[in-house]
Amino acid sequence: MPLVKFISHDGYESDVHVTTGTTLMHAAVDNGVSGILADCGGACSCATCHCYVDEPWLEKLPAADDVETQMLDFVMDPQPNSRLSCQVVVNDELDGIVIRLPKSQI
Amino acid sequence: MGAEHAVIVGASHAAAQLGASLRQGGWEGKISIVGEEALPPYHRPPLSKAYLAGEKHSDEMLIRPAAFYARSGIDLVLGTRVTALDRANKVLTLHDGGTIPYTRLALATGARVRKLALPGHDLDGVFYLRDLDDVNRIRSYVGPGKSAVIVGGGYIGLETAASMRKLGMKVTVLEALPRVLQRVTAPEVSAFYSRVHSEEGVNIVTEAAVESLEGKDSVKAVKLADGTLLDADLVVIGVGVMPATELAEAAGLAVDNGIVVDEFARTSDPDIVAAGDCTNHHNPIYDRRLRLESVQNATDQAKTAANTLCGKLEAYHTLPWFWSDQYDLKLQIAGLSQGYDRVVLRGSSQSGRSFAAFYFRDGHLLAVDAINRPKEFMMARRALAAGQGADPARLADDTLEIQQAFL
Repeated sequence: MPLVKFISHDGYESDVHVTTGTTLMHAAVDNGVSGILADCGGACSCATCHCYVDEPWLEKLPAADDVETQMLDFVMDPQPNSRLSCQVVVNDELDGIVIRLPKSQI
Repeated sequence: MGAEHAVIVGASHAAAQLGASLRQGGWEGKISIVGEEALPPYHRPPLSKAYLAGEKHSDEMLIRPAAFYARSGIDLVLGTRVTALDRANKVLTLHDGGTIPYTRLALATGARVRKLALPGHDLDGVFYLRDLDDVNRIRSYVGPGKSAVIVGGGYIGLETAASMRKLGMKVTVLEALPRVLQRVTAPEVSAFYSRVHSEEGVNIVTEAAVESLEGKDSVKAVKLADGTLLDADLVVIGVGVMPATELAEAAGLAVDNGIVVDEFARTSDPDIVAAGDCTNHHNPIYDRRLRLESVQNATDQAKTAANTLCGKLEAYHTLPWFWSDQYDLKLQIAGLSQGYDRVVLRGSSQSGRSFAAFYFRDGHLLAVDAINRPKEFMMARRALAAGQGADPARLADDTLEIQQAFL
């Protein structure tokens, strides 16, 4: 089971093992990682699951689609490595992925 | 004195958040979530969308896995209905005669469907749509080529229609008012949804007066007052919900179109909070009392309620927002449009499938309905929450970046 490391904005680290096929959003919510709200439950409608993907893994992810890209323009403090965690599916290739969480979702 | 015990009545979005937020907020006592349904709290919005269309399994519907509650020390008391609340003795009575004592109580009882007393309403094949069980039953009736009649042209009715078209069914939507979504959107948005549903093959009948549901054991047709007979293998009635306030009312809590709560989600009993669809609360952004039917309100108000129980008073202050997925349409709504005196369109509602309707009152932006316009939604949600205004002429100019329309 691939490992996902979440790092909160104030540096708190949570390591969670998830089943391949789980989204980063579910990896956080299912394991009580705070900092991801995911109000819409993964419908890509709310942009409250914003996260930053550390560089080495960023290029391994499929590119964000048009809706996600447009929403990301308007999250708090968008960065080039911003993603909506509900749109990123974890697989074995992403084992060890490091995800940083923003200070605020809205 | 026994140990602290926070009991949450209801087991949907607000309850799931309350439980998690109580632990996050440092509640050290026992926590129980008591719900009538068999499943742990699950996502309700996909019921009329991906779940009905068969694109999601019930396992994927859970807000958090059952293991989360166990790990967090939250007891799930499922399949259990609370029949009475004794505030003097701080105890709940259950449908099986059992009791649960509490030291602090959270009511997250949600809403129930509004029922229509139509002749034939108890025929097989006639459904309401609120719970997973409802949709499981509906799913045993759906299939390509079958006919569905949906009573109610609100979001639930239209989402159900879209899902059933995906399943290859013949679908008719009956709306009593002159246009679909009449109570919640501008005429332009209603016309847009009517057009798209027509393009997708749905028969929409407005100003429809349903006279009866016809059939021997199972429903076979829907009869309208003008004599029209519509074939139906199943009927789904989606004509709104009412707050589930019986328990609160019987216990003597203040109830007025929902359980009355203050800005800290407190009911008229200081030991009892309430959150979600069942509450009537004041919204400081719109400066009026509201009863909202939304995930956002359930989740956010639950956080306020949990804070209150943990002794941290933080006033509930959020911008309501909503979403609805139908076909390839992603509708995102920020704010409340009720009371608007002007609608400004960005993009065309008459052709294509992407535009936004901005609602104003006295020159102030109230809300936006954004259809396949995530930027407009995100910008407006942020601006509305911050009390930032917008320029109608610039909003209407689709060649400008959306940011340029906000002052």
